[in-house]
Amino acid sequence: MSKKVNLTINGFPVEIETGKTILEAADSQGITIPTLCYHKDLCVAGNCRVCIVEVTGQKRLSAACATPCEEGMEILTNSLKVRNSRKHIIELLLTEHNADCTKCYRNGNCELQTLASEYKIMTQDFIELVPLKKYSIDAYSPSIMKDDSKCIRCQRCVRTCAELQGVNALTVAHKGDEMKITTFLEKHMRDVVCTNCGQCINHCPTGALVEKNYIEEVWEAIANPKKHVVVQTAPAVRVGLGEELGLPPGTRVTGKMVAALKRLGFDSVLDTDFTADLTIMEEGTELLTRLKKALVDKDETVDLPMATSCSPGWIKYIEHMYPEYLGNLSTCKSPQQMFGALAKTYYAKARNIEPDNIVSVSIMPCTAKKFEAWRPEMHDSGYRDVDYVLTTRELAILIKQAGLDFEKIEPVKYDRLMGDSTGAGVIFGATGGVMEAALRTVYEIVTGREVPFDNLDITPVRGMEGVREASIKIENPVEDWAFLDGVELKCAVAHGLVNAKTVMESVKSGKADYHFIEFMACPGGCLGGGGQPIPTNPEIRKKRAEAIYAEDSSLTIRKSHENPEVLKLYKDFLKEPLGEVSHHLLHTKYTKRQRY
Amino acid sequence: MQGVVERESFLSEHSMVEIAREIEIPAADVYGTATFYSFLETKPTGKFIIRVCKTITCAMKGKTQVLFAIQDMLKIKMGDTTPDKRFTLLETNCLGWCHKAPAMLVNDDVYTELTPEKVRDILTKYMDKNGNFHN
Ligand code: SF4
Ligand code: SF4
Ligand code: SF4
Ligand code: FES
Repeated sequence: MSKKVNLTINGFPVEIETGKTILEAADSQGITIPTLCYHKDLCVAGNCRVCIVEVTGQKRLSAACATPCEEGMEILTNSLKVRNSRKHIIELLLTEHNADCTKCYRNGNCELQTLASEYKIMTQDFIELVPLKKYSIDAYSPSIMKDDSKCIRCQRCVRTCAELQGVNALTVAHKGDEMKITTFLEKHMRDVVCTNCGQCINHCPTGALVEKNYIEEVWEAIANPKKHVVVQTAPAVRVGLGEELGLPPGTRVTGKMVAALKRLGFDSVLDTDFTADLTIMEEGTELLTRLKKALVDKDETVDLPMATSCSPGWIKYIEHMYPEYLGNLSTCKSPQQMFGALAKTYYAKARNIEPDNIVSVSIMPCTAKKFEAWRPEMHDSGYRDVDYVLTTRELAILIKQAGLDFEKIEPVKYDRLMGDSTGAGVIFGATGGVMEAALRTVYEIVTGREVPFDNLDITPVRGMEGVREASIKIENPVEDWAFLDGVELKCAVAHGLVNAKTVMESVKSGKADYHFIEFMACPGGCLGGGGQPIPTNPEIRKKRAEAIYAEDSSLTIRKSHENPEVLKLYKDFLKEPLGEVSHHLLHTKYTKRQRY
Repeated sequence: MQGVVERESFLSEHSMVEIAREIEIPAADVYGTATFYSFLETKPTGKFIIRVCKTITCAMKGKTQVLFAIQDMLKIKMGDTTPDKRFTLLETNCLGWCHKAPAMLVNDDVYTELTPEKVRDILTKYMDKNGNFHN
């Protein structure tokens, strides 16, 4: 039994477990203390001071986020002294802040703006310092924009990049009034170790870090009568989008989203889940080929464990941090890029449209996908395979701009040819999902039987533990795969790059004997992606994950190799997994990059 | 880091990367640390680094005029280095000479109670014998 302490907040008695902060105690009573530098995903920094409260008997005000509750404390969260000090702190922040909210991307969803509006900061008692500052904007990355004039130096981004991602692309430089958040030598984001994961964007309370948006470009393409605009939607978007449009976290909006996309004017609304299933076919075959080479041909040059390659943040991370392991990456493109390459070849041919006239748009929970689409090797269709990548947040903006009432919209189905999805494709959106989908297919190819888990739910790979391991023993395989009899297939799953680092270090030290590892750059997998609605936090990720698995269970077909449109694609176009056409369109190579 | 600066006068990109590799910390953090300290330069500097105190006491005692005099004489702005790589002009935090403000450093030598006239004399001493900076 955990020990409790008794205290009062605003005169009312409160009992709470020891070790909890004043902020948590207040929250348990339904009292919100404003915060800026605090975020549930991160360790406490206590640098912004807006969460100050009065503790009776103490002269100085205390930061609620950083002060643990003590027996007998008498806390005031809304005394005159607290209110006035807090107001001054906000006012001081604003003197250094380029607060042109109407022209700001975060207008309407900004923690600083909300605070200023709650405290009705309408006058200006301090000198405006913005004109004196030499603020700069970095808009050179295809994924991220950084505007120092909007930065309140709360350092949530720095902690995110270090604690969740282990990348440390961002740092605090200089001091005093010149202190700023920047990169190594103040280089542009595109020229440093940044993986474009966008977690810093998702954790930034203001408009200082935002995605590079392509909203106008997409509207223009839709308005151009010569262009046929196809759109694909990633698995995790359907469990996040609702939050931006007023629905509670964890609401599944697949059909409504498809209907909204049609009303926005997209010519064909298709599903990235379709190419997720295709990825499983290609990647599963690749894994089995590698295992065969290693076990039967005793080929020692085979790179095992094989690592998944669908998370572009993870790809850029390994290119920078572990370039000697690029051979371990599956050569499969991500589902987004497989889709792009097929849109301007297979789809164009089947629909009899000039590939030149196709504009291929994707809706992703991710900012790294913007960078991925921009990579020079992603032109295998002969054109740029994916023209524009929008985040879940940008799609919500399109829907709002078009004046669609999302709640009233009637759900419809995806268009044909590349719109079929299975439960296996859907779970790509959650950490462990690619592994689970792969096992459902690989096990069945090898043994002819379904995976030995209740209801196909491979629960050991599910959940939010940073690193998870699972193994599955292969017994009585079919003739072709007889050499795998008795082999225990060892797998691991890691999400959040700091956990990817842990797994890579154990691979490097020779401690790990995995065959197959799933890596996702973002905490929780794509459902917690850098392009998902803000806020994202542990509870919200949990709700989105539940929605993903509910969507999986709701589908009749739940195995990638049973996706009818994927089977048709192989019959009519690709012929076989890892075949010649696949090699050209669906596989890729990687680039060694500098760690520093 | 101080060692590198003593040897090479500033921390180059190359040396910062080496430091990061050596002690296994992110390069960004090496840069962050270096910029925290006024005396760790991350840009190439001239032979003589002039550091003018930027603290309020010096400002009240006529630092601005002194600064104008230096800028006018060397024809460079704050943060710049003369084309012949002889002087670099920088600001620094309090030098601890407030009682004799305004103060500046030229490399390791302190000069206090500066006036525009005084500063001209001092800098003339540092100019090269061939009279590169006569006006
Ligand atoms: S960051 Fe927030 S407060 Fe600042 S301009 Fe943007 S919306 Fe306004
Ligand atoms: S960029 Fe955003 S998260 Fe980072 S310090 Fe500035 S305001 Fe905070
Ligand atoms: S996008 Fe990711 S890797 Fe890049 S700075 Fe932000 S958190 Fe770090
Ligand atoms: S939220 Fe407590 S100090 Fe910033």
